[in-house]
Amino acid sequence: MATDTASQLDNRWKTLRITLSNAWIVTQREVRDSFRDWRIVAPIIILTFLFPFLAQFLATEFQEFVEGYGADLIGERTIPFLLMVVGFFPISISLVIALETFVGEKERRSLEPLLSTPLTNTELYIGKTLAAMIPPLIASFGGMTVYLGSLLFSELAWRPPAMLIVQIILLTAVQALVMVTGAVVVSSQTNSTRAANLLASFIIIPMALIIQGESVIMFLAPDADSPFGIGALWAIILGMFIVAVLFLRVGNSIFNREELLASTVSQLNLRGTLGKIKRYILAVDDTGTPAKNILDWYRRAIPYSLYQIATPLKVTTGVFIFAFMVGFFVSFTPQWHLQLPSQEELVEVANRDAKQFISYAIETRSLSFMFIFMQNSRVLLATLLLSIFSFGVMALVIPPITLALLGYITGTVLSAGYNPMVLVAGILTHGIIEIPVILLSAAVSLAVGAVVTRPPKGSTVGHAWTVMLGTTLKLIIGVVIPGLILAGLIESFVTPRLVLSILGI
Amino acid sequence: MIECIDLTKYFGDFLAVDHINLMVDKGEVLALLGPNGAGKTTTVRMMTSILQPSSGTARLAGYDVVTEPEKVRAHVGVLTEQHGLYERMKGMEYLEFFGRVYHLSAEECRKRALDLMERFGLTDALDKRLGEYSKGMKQKLALVRAMLHNPPVLLLDEPTSAMDPLSAKQVRDAIIELQKGQRTFLITTHNLTEAQLLADRIAIIRHGRIIANGTFNELVQQFVGQPMMELRINGQLNGLGRELSDIVTVQSAGINWLRYQVEDAQVTNPLVLRRLLTLGVEVVTLSPVTQTLEDVYLQVVKEDETNGN
Repeated sequence: MATDTASQLDNRWKTLRITLSNAWIVTQREVRDSFRDWRIVAPIIILTFLFPFLAQFLATEFQEFVEGYGADLIGERTIPFLLMVVGFFPISISLVIALETFVGEKERRSLEPLLSTPLTNTELYIGKTLAAMIPPLIASFGGMTVYLGSLLFSELAWRPPAMLIVQIILLTAVQALVMVTGAVVVSSQTNSTRAANLLASFIIIPMALIIQGESVIMFLAPDADSPFGIGALWAIILGMFIVAVLFLRVGNSIFNREELLASTVSQLNLRGTLGKIKRYILAVDDTGTPAKNILDWYRRAIPYSLYQIATPLKVTTGVFIFAFMVGFFVSFTPQWHLQLPSQEELVEVANRDAKQFISYAIETRSLSFMFIFMQNSRVLLATLLLSIFSFGVMALVIPPITLALLGYITGTVLSAGYNPMVLVAGILTHGIIEIPVILLSAAVSLAVGAVVTRPPKGSTVGHAWTVMLGTTLKLIIGVVIPGLILAGLIESFVTPRLVLSILGI
Repeated sequence: MIECIDLTKYFGDFLAVDHINLMVDKGEVLALLGPNGAGKTTTVRMMTSILQPSSGTARLAGYDVVTEPEKVRAHVGVLTEQHGLYERMKGMEYLEFFGRVYHLSAEECRKRALDLMERFGLTDALDKRLGEYSKGMKQKLALVRAMLHNPPVLLLDEPTSAMDPLSAKQVRDAIIELQKGQRTFLITTHNLTEAQLLADRIAIIRHGRIIANGTFNELVQQFVGQPMMELRINGQLNGLGRELSDIVTVQSAGINWLRYQVEDAQVTNPLVLRRLLTLGVEVVTLSPVTQTLEDVYLQVVKEDETNGN
């Protein structure tokens, strides 16, 4: 057994070494090619050897200027900010190189000879990704070294905290990775460099916002001088690393021979796509066989789709349970503990203010069926849309908040010594339908968002996504919406009466 | 060496290749002919494991394109429709890069590259940037790249399309020489003369289906019919066709010539000549009409159209 595991590990290690070694062959060629292109070399030289001196000059001048107004701190914090800028400017070239290597080759149709070699898709993808990152990172780190060196010999003689340099280096590397991997995702949607450059706004704009955020953090962070670095920057590094990993996975599934050569038509076929989605909504299996009637649809299509999303369902269930437990235990921690009145006091207050409470509820319609239904639908729709754009991540963030709140309420109510039946009546009466429906909705949102990161074997990303969108809509139409209607009706008409009767009001 | 079994490819709902069955033996050259968009390139891409078949499979050099794609690509040399050369690289650098991809040792790669470059008359261009190569030189270099790792199977898409006659002959000679060395070729081309010169067998693909497959003679027999003879005489025919009608059926005629089909020329032609001698007709020439691949191709396509495809 142990020998088997050791040999498996050994094989994996060997495969990884071969993959990296083959990818490196591609990287070397592409890097060499990049360094022969003056459009890439010229900015790299300027940004590595000239721009840092300009930044250093600016830092000196700015510091002198703000010192005149007694704002020494601003001057001091401009220095690491400019270090970040010096590092970021060259890596913006990585986007250009990435679009050129991925879309440019597609446009020139020069990728096919490389695709005819024994190199695997992953080797090609890693090789090209590294190639797009290496020259800009060399320029970036080179520029930062020149900037720091020039600072040491300037009259500023500023000594940066070591951890801040580590943070800026990590930020620069992870930003380059996000831009390159994002460029692969963008380039998969088009066959022309011109269109890819337009689509690159989807990378540039968020990145510009992040840089602005980082700048603000560097100026205002209370822990700017901490030896452990700025906490918020660590959070950004981690967040961007997660985004990069997701982009890498998406890119790796998109960068395959089938996708690269099959999607040569960039014409929008809305009718065809909608037809396909409709087909998979009605389908009882993967091949698109339509259900005979609505009974057949519920008998075969819905169970089949539930089976298809078994893994996301398990993951979501695990996250929901975890969120509930977190909420439950947090309710007992002193700083978060909420002191409720005793059950008797609550009944007294409720009796006294019942009229006022009811009129408030009527006025705000907060207990009306439509309000409850619309509220739940809105949250689940937002979750679905955000999940599509976040590769499923938001499906594991937004709905679990409800479960964490439920856990918190449960803990608080129980610790206040209320009759547990209040909880059963107040939550489970409608929750027995609502919670599984939310769980299902979160699971399909996760599935439709995450499917692009790993489409089923033999399926293109586009096809896999269309099929999963069909499955998602099928379960939403067939289960989630009817479930929300039923739960809303119960919550509106049954739950309040049950709670009041248990409390004896 | 090449075996396609019910190879099929759908792009969405579009059927690009429809249950293709092909067999090419070791040392054989198969020419795959067909109009633009017939499915030739898709077939070749499936054979090289670049595209996955929707159904069916193919085996090249003993490896399955679906289950062993990397091995297939390692044992197949491909000349793609687009040569995809890196313009900023030099000829030798380019070949060294592909040599590394195919895991050739530096020494072996250099030796093979030099041999092949010499064979195709590119020795002088070794240190030139590819951007400076002419169209024909680029195509020859792409061919060298396809042959660099000495693959037992070569799939060549329009191997001489951009070449001058001399370069095209160099390529054809190289193919013939390699074929003698038991290499297997699949060539897709629109150049029917070249296909006729090189191919042992010819397959015609249309709308994703193989509509004809065989040796040239087999295809002529199947689609054009029996050999055609042309008789030219001194003077006008003056009803000569009627005089010969008990021996042959005249297919077409002019002022001083006529054509007829024969099942066996050795039996029929002496009878015709004897009759002409009896009639006192002076024969200028009696020769077989050369059937070209073009005749066959056009006939095959016409018949396929007639069948409503």
